[in-house]
Order: sequence, then C-alpha cells, then structure tokens
Amino acid sequence: MSILIDENTSVIVQGFTGRIGTFHANDMMNYGTNVVGGVTPGKGGEKHLDRPVFDTVKEAVKQTGAEASIVFVPPPFAADAIMEAADAGIRYCVCVTDGVPTQDMVRVKRYMRRYKKEERMCLTGPNCAGTISPGKAMLGIMPGHIYQQGNIGIIGRSGTLGYEAASQMKAMGIGVSTSVGIGGDPINGSSFRDHLERFEEDDDTVAVVMIGEIGGPQEAEAARFARENMKKPVLGYIAGLTAPKGRRMGHAGAIVSSSGESAAEKVEILRECGVNVIIRPSEFGSNVADVLAKIG
Amino acid sequence: MDIHEYQAKALLAEFGMPIAKGELAYSPEQATYRAKEIGGEKWVVKAQIHSGARGKAGGIKVCENENELYTAAEQLLGKRLVTHQTGPQGKLVNRLYIEEAMPIAREIYLGFLMDRASERIMVVASSSGGMDIEEVAEKDPDSIIRIGIEPAVGMQAFEAREIVFKLGLEPAQTSQAITAILACYRAFRELDATMVEINPLVVTEDGRLLALDAKMTFDDNALFRRQQICELRDKSQEDPREMMAADRGLSYVGLDGNIGCIINGAGLAMATMDMIKHCGGEPANFLDIGGGASPERVAKAFNLVLSDEGVKAILVNIFAGINRCDWVAEGVVQAMQKLDIKVPVLVRLSGTNVEEGRKILAESNVPVITADTLADAADKAVTAANQ
Repeated sequence: MSILIDENTSVIVQGFTGRIGTFHANDMMNYGTNVVGGVTPGKGGEKHLDRPVFDTVKEAVKQTGAEASIVFVPPPFAADAIMEAADAGIRYCVCVTDGVPTQDMVRVKRYMRRYKKEERMCLTGPNCAGTISPGKAMLGIMPGHIYQQGNIGIIGRSGTLGYEAASQMKAMGIGVSTSVGIGGDPINGSSFRDHLERFEEDDDTVAVVMIGEIGGPQEAEAARFARENMKKPVLGYIAGLTAPKGRRMGHAGAIVSSSGESAAEKVEILRECGVNVIIRPSEFGSNVADVLAKIG
Repeated sequence: MDIHEYQAKALLAEFGMPIAKGELAYSPEQATYRAKEIGGEKWVVKAQIHSGARGKAGGIKVCENENELYTAAEQLLGKRLVTHQTGPQGKLVNRLYIEEAMPIAREIYLGFLMDRASERIMVVASSSGGMDIEEVAEKDPDSIIRIGIEPAVGMQAFEAREIVFKLGLEPAQTSQAITAILACYRAFRELDATMVEINPLVVTEDGRLLALDAKMTFDDNALFRRQQICELRDKSQEDPREMMAADRGLSYVGLDGNIGCIINGAGLAMATMDMIKHCGGEPANFLDIGGGASPERVAKAFNLVLSDEGVKAILVNIFAGINRCDWVAEGVVQAMQKLDIKVPVLVRLSGTNVEEGRKILAESNVPVITADTLADAADKAVTAANQ
C-alpha cells in the first residue's frame, strides 16, 4: 500500500504536448507510472508519446478511465485546469505550476466545495514537486532514483529539501511509502493535516516526516491533529530559522507575517504536541532511524 | 508588490473611498505651490516611502505656513528615512504628498488581508485607529472585529453594516462608512491585492469620514493581469541587489551574515542557512537559483553574491532534480575562471548527474572545496569564513 498513487493509478497529463509536459511525462512513464493520455485543448485526436491527446479532461476520463492528473499548465490558466479536472471526476490532481495568483486558488478551493467530501478531488500543490510512491508510480518532477521503497511517509512544502530528506534516508537504508509535495504557496490544495490522516490509515506507513517552513498556520494545525488523532509517530522539521520577519523567502508562502509563524514558534508548537522535532536538516536520516529503533 | 500611500489613495478613491485633498511634490517649491492649490490653513507633508511607521521616524510633518512647508519639504526630500520596517539603511524619499490637514474627532482601524487559515479575504476593524493592529490584538483581542468573506458571492452590505455598528459610529457616518468598507473590498478583489490597510480611517470634527493613511500590497503572481498596478512600481524603494536578482530570474534576500549562499529551491535554501547557523556561522543571503539552472545562470548568481562586500566564503548547495549537477559544475568553473573571486568557495552537489558534476570540478583545477553532505558543507563554509 501507499497513499494517493500506486502502480495501478491511471494518469493523464494536462499540458501534455508542451515542452515541460512532454519532458516530465516521459520521465514519469520511464519510472513506470501508468500514463494513459493527456489533454491539450485544440490537439484532441492526435497522438503524443504514443498516447492519445484529448481536447478536454472530461473526454480523457471517458475514453481512458483516468483517475489522476498532473497539471503543467502556465500560471494564468492553471486554476482553470484544476477546476476542469475536479469537474471531470479526477480523484487526485497534482499541480506543479509555480506562480498561480492567490485569488485564483481561493476560487479553486471554493469551487471544490461544491462536491461532497467523499467525492471531492484531492489536490496537491500548486508550486510543488509532486507525489511519488517509490517503486510504484511517480506523479511529479522529482528524480525518482533518490527514493527507496519502504514505510516512511513524507509530506513537504519544498521539492529539493524533500529530496535531501529522502536521500539521507536512502543512505541509511530507510525507504519511503509515499512522499507528498504540498507546495510552497500561501493557499494550497491540501495541507499537512490532510495527508497525516491518509498516512495514519495506510498499512504500509509506520511513521511520517513533515517538512514544513515559516509562514502560515498549517504546520501547527497538523501537529494538533497528530496529538489528538494519530498513533503513528510524527517527525517534523521547520525551515527558516534565519528568516527575518516580513521578508519572503522564495516561496510565495514562506513569510512570517503574524505571530506563531516563525520557525522558533512553530518548533515550540510541534514539540508541545509531541512531534519529534528535527533540529538540524542534516539529521533527517538519523532522526528517522532513532524513531524506527524505538517502535521496533 | 508595494505601492506608495498617494497611489493607494488614488486607487481606492476610484472605488469610492473618500480621501482628503492632496497633491504630489518633488521639490520644496512645488510643495508650497501645491499647498496653495489645495487651499486651507494647515497642511501635512508626508514622505512617500514603502514603509509604515513614517510618523515616528519624522516622515510626516504638520505645517501652518509657506515657510514651514518649504523647510519641511527641504528636510525630507533626498533623505533616507529609517523606520522599524525599513532596516538600518532606510528608504529614499524622492516625492512628498501634501494634504490638507483637518481636526480629527475619531480614529478607526480598517484592514483587509488574505487569511491563510480560512482561505478567504478577512476584514479586520478596530476602534483603536492609528495604532499597530498587532499591538491592539495582543492587549485587547476582544476589541477587534473580524469577518471572513465568502468568496463565491463577495462582501455583502449587511457585513459592512455589522462592522459599522460594532464600531459604534454615529448615524451621520453610517452610510459613508459602509461605502468606504465596500470600496476597499472591491479594490482588494478586483486588483489582486493581498493587503489593504486604512490606518487610520478618521471622522473629522465636521463629521466627514476619510482615509488618512492607506497602504496596499499586491500579489506578485497576479501582476501579469494588472498592468495598471505594474506601472505604479517605484524601483527606488527596492533593494538594488534583490531587483537585479529578480530581473535575472533569481530570488535573493540580503541578510547580515558573511557566508554567501547559492542554492536551488527555497526550502533547501532556508535549510542550508539554518545549517550554517547551527554550525556557528551566519548566512549573508537567501538565494534560490531555481530549476533548470544553466551554467550562465550559476555564474550570474556568483556575481550577485559577490556584490555583497561582507561575504567571506561562498557555499553552493545543489540538489539536482530538474537541474543537472554537470551544468551547475560547469557554471561554477566558468564563474571562478572569469571572476576575480578572493574568498573560499565550497560546493556540495547531489542528485541528477552528480558523478559527472564532481568530475568536472575535479578536472578543472579551480580551487573549490568540495563536500559530500549538507552538514559537511555548512561546517566547512563556517570554518572557511572564519579564517
């Protein structure tokens, strides 16, 4: 088991025929992801990478039975692409696009509330590296070879810092059940909390690593959820110890704008909630090993 | 993106927010002339910089005659104003806003922001105007009125009324205040703002409601569809290095330490800076070179980091996913051959094509110190910077 995706998940690529969509679709297929087609409005009926191209997501779902999609659509049109996927019955959508306007995301979130919770599409991103269930499927832009298959769940905002964590674990022989990138934007499709809940129910996951950063309330919300609802151990790291207040550190969402949002304050909340705090980003591997040793 | 007070007022006025009579001036002569145009007996000379707390920093002066006006303008123009928000280098005053001054009966706080917890626009109001809202929130949290706006239908009149009645405004100001609140909301929504703050919104002694100060911040990700806002950009208010970085597709934030950082990805950049701190050092900057960094882009990053004279060592930490270590290594070699780099350079490569990258560095004969892990890299950088 794993969460969100596995080797059977059928995937379509939105923005399939573009340069970036093509590059990563190829990469995902090489990894073993079950890519069944793609969508580029106006190119329906063509073939690309030996897969069918459709004009609309609805048509793609009807013809291929696709369950998941990945969005490589430019920022002005990304929100529209996400809502199209939700409307077409896609179950899980990854939006990689960086630079989606915040108010577009407000509209996307509001739009998705028209579906009952159990029927609602799960969205991760925008501005994320995607999701990988090592050895099974990859729905993203990460280098697949740095992940070893195993039983640790990872949820992170940042792409490359997630790679750092996964490769530290691999170096120590520790593998990953699924790694989920939730993205660095202030308003994102799903939060740390949403995926903690999934990992708690996943038989193949024994512990979860949260890789958070300054800005926003999501890390604290997740820590409180873990304290009240989780039996599995949770580890947490918060990046941005040196970030001054009011300065945006690259990610649109990485800015300390009110109290409770700095790295020191978040670490304190995590600790109070019983999360195993990772202090040094060089110790993802060793801290996970320590937790694994404790739970036997 | 930030804009000036006078620009925010002009935008909000278009949506129906009442403002005082005011004019812009670039010289003391123009300031006195503008005051005459505006009329009245008392004026406020306001330094236009991208920062709050201008009053405490001496950037706002009340003047009662032409002489005072001229002197105030002369003192402010060309000066760097330092507030607790600008950092020690301050911000350059190159324009003044001259407004008619009027006796004030009441000050109110009115703010709009994008609330990340509820994922909607939040209106915040308080009867303690003129003060820092975070201070009010700490001392008297119950006095703050908050209303989250349902995104599908937008702000409704009853929501504005609720705020107005809770603030306890006089019946004479009720309809003016409702108009003002709805005006700010519409401006926020239609211009892709991330923050609108009227602090204070005042009631004058003759019963008029006015925005005495106004601040607006806009979503950088939405500027592609807001040409009107892009035109308001004042580059003199931005850090020249950050501006140079942004123009080259790099994301840079200058700090006070002495270890220059060149990293791919915002999260890894922050974590590497944290690691430097844990090893007893201080980072000189945040710099994310992004995905798909070409050798040229890496070389540009070196230029940028070296423009900070406080840098005593450079740490390059790349975890290549879409990036390729061999390209990054070539960029490092190019930069070191072309630029006159006098400080030690540390390189840690990981991920896609790492072996090729390490080989390029080893065979190039440029004097780089290499490291295999994040801890090793930070440790070596701190040692190098201290020598």
